Amino acid sequence: MRNLIFFIYKYYVFFIFFTLEVFAFVVIYRFNTYQRTSFVNYTTGVTSSFYTAVSNTQSYFNLRRVNDSLQIENAKLRSELLTSYYKNNITTSLVNDTVYKQQYMYVAASVVNNSVTKRNNYITINRGRLHGIEPEMGVISESGVVGIIMSVSDRYSTVLSLLNNNCKISAKLQKNGAFGSLVWDGVDPKYARLLDVNKHVPLAMNDPIITSNYSTIFPEGLPIGRIFTHSLDAGDNFHTIKVELYTNFSTLSTVYVIRNLFKAEQQTLESTLKN
Amino acid sequence: MILEVFSYLLRFIIILLIQLLVVNNIELSSSVNPYIYTAFILLLPIRMKAWQVVILSFLTGMVMDAFSSTPGLHIAATNLMGFLRYYYLRAATTKEDQEGRVIPSISQKGIVWFCFYGFVLLFIHHLVLFFLEIYGFGEFISTLWRVVLSTLVSLLLIVTGQLLFYNVRKNG
Repeated sequence: MRNLIFFIYKYYVFFIFFTLEVFAFVVIYRFNTYQRTSFVNYTTGVTSSFYTAVSNTQSYFNLRRVNDSLQIENAKLRSELLTSYYKNNITTSLVNDTVYKQQYMYVAASVVNNSVTKRNNYITINRGRLHGIEPEMGVISESGVVGIIMSVSDRYSTVLSLLNNNCKISAKLQKNGAFGSLVWDGVDPKYARLLDVNKHVPLAMNDPIITSNYSTIFPEGLPIGRIFTHSLDAGDNFHTIKVELYTNFSTLSTVYVIRNLFKAEQQTLESTLKN
Repeated sequence: MILEVFSYLLRFIIILLIQLLVVNNIELSSSVNPYIYTAFILLLPIRMKAWQVVILSFLTGMVMDAFSSTPGLHIAATNLMGFLRYYYLRAATTKEDQEGRVIPSISQKGIVWFCFYGFVLLFIHHLVLFFLEIYGFGEFISTLWRVVLSTLVSLLLIVTGQLLFYNVRKNG
């Protein structure tokens, strides 16, 4: 016993180091997968107010570009207004809510912190639990898919960016509906890779990639990107596809969070299958 | 004593602000992510006790983790670096250095000594950090490449920063 105490006393620095290192690894192990990122809940409250101050200053430099993109979006939305359609039907009374029930709602948010150069990138936005945001909601920009809500505090949320090792988005080709998963390989924030597309599927350059109808996170058919290059190695069953992303992550400033109002219903139904 | 603690606290905040506001926004390429906040640990006095350095490393890592929403990555990397710093310094400095008020910086130990010291410790730090970040050895070669490049850029930034600030202090 005396020897043990002497031993610990002699190498006490090592024991302090060892305890702290074990603590770090336990934290890493517990919170690594993105379903278990409640760790971030403890810290976002403090750090995001810092990032908000920074972002408020930086946003002045982006005003012109933001204005341009909002104008483009306005024009697009205006063209989708009912008044810009030519009415082709003869019967005009068709107000019946049972046919069209709203499934998706969009909450606008601005980006207060963002990175694109790390292997695992995260985005912080200025909307949170008080605005009805919950983990695992989709996030899009005006041009394409951005990521998935990871954790929320009262007024802020962190987003698992598409530019992250843990982010996998179910996608398909607009042309023929072939499915695949979209992942980022960590090289260039402009490009991602589409995996698991069978070799029998015909591909062409610039084919649009959209979100699939298999996920409860994104509505079907949101734009993601287009095929930049594709190749098929001999003996390989799947295409190697490089996708050019529509979203410009390095200038991201306004995003929309998607609430799926039917998500709980679908998940309850699906969870009964597992039992 | 209080003054010394205060000056280190101030230096910590300045280095952290530079890391968060400037260095994190440098977008050279996705294989270059310099982490200059490690300079705070590198530039602690040589005679500082090992357990103090380890605890300070742990706290530094914790603050960085909070600001980059990573669980424990910076703690693990910085803590290991702080621990190994003691052994490196014991081997690479003289008895006089260890007892006097010497800081392992360029102005006191020379640029070659500092570059070697910085490279070894920064390399260990970045190695642990980047491999924990991808959580596996799946992209071994590309991650190792990122480690080497980022280490060199971090070292370059820290050396430049010292040459700027310490010379001003000497002349003024």
